[in-house]
Amino acid sequence: MMENKEKEKIRFNEKIKSGLIKLIKFSIIIAILLGGLYYFFPNKISSGLGISGKYGLEMVTIFPAVLVLMGLADVWIPKSLINKYLGKESGLRGVLLSIFLGTLPTGPLYIAFPIAAELLKKKARISNVMIFLGVWASSKIPQIGVEIKFLGLRFALIRHSLTLISLIIIGYLIEYIYDHRKQREAAN
Amino acid sequence: MVAIIINLITIILLIYTISKDKTKAKKAFKSALVKFINLLPMMLIIIVMIGLIFGFIPPELIKSYLGSDSNLIEIMAAALFGAITMIPSLVALPLAGSLIEAGASYTPVTAFITTLTMVGVVTLPVELKELGKELTILRNIFAFIFAIVISLLIGVII
Repeated sequence: MMENKEKEKIRFNEKIKSGLIKLIKFSIIIAILLGGLYYFFPNKISSGLGISGKYGLEMVTIFPAVLVLMGLADVWIPKSLINKYLGKESGLRGVLLSIFLGTLPTGPLYIAFPIAAELLKKKARISNVMIFLGVWASSKIPQIGVEIKFLGLRFALIRHSLTLISLIIIGYLIEYIYDHRKQREAAN
Repeated sequence: MVAIIINLITIILLIYTISKDKTKAKKAFKSALVKFINLLPMMLIIIVMIGLIFGFIPPELIKSYLGSDSNLIEIMAAALFGAITMIPSLVALPLAGSLIEAGASYTPVTAFITTLTMVGVVTLPVELKELGKELTILRNIFAFIFAIVISLLIGVII
């Protein structure tokens, strides 16, 4: 137990270190690039950097909160929960549940693939699993917040509504094609 | 406004977590810190890129390449770019916002951010391994087609 904690601590420190090194490298490259450009185009760079500053400030006011929110979701929502509920429900309840579980602010897409694979093995409906994957990839709740901030409420609402409708249609299309092929194979 | 709401919700949930379970709160905070430090280089690049777009590219040029609501080649190119790049969507959204501010129209920008999240060329190997060939190909092709439909509809509605 103690050993595990130690290992985790070392891993954490390594991640922070490698991240910082990368950040420093990028900062140096960007500073050189901007310095060079400033030498030739002082006006364009200073007007551009003003806009950069404005966007940078906006990002800094929202990203830390979004990331902490995602971290909190990671510790409160066990992955087994998704597995437990999504496997069983079908019909409209299944669709709604897929959407709800997909919007939870947990983890990147490559974490969702193994969950999806396990659900399929347990004979969950293909349409539900596809809807879950799609929503997980495109409509996480805190990211919708970021989209509202930078692209406006109206745009974000319309785009996510259209995306949701599309994902449901895609889910059923894939299920239809997949089942059809299985049936034909069984008939032969 | 949105920033205030999200920060408020986060603070409330964070205080609740700290009062319930300090280890959980610590774990959440650490994972956020790692994510933030790893996001910073990309954030820096996007911030500088936004500045360079505004400083160097005249609005007319942006309008002529990203200003159409119906040019299918332009929209397909934007969608393809979104499908193959791996910009975290968190920083892609400010970039998208800045492109709109700089004169791009909503349709190609929508195509870009929609395929960025819905189609994953970079995550294809993982998806193939976990879901198999058929489901992966169907999912990504349909996602690409629907992303274009969504962006065309956005152009009409917005």
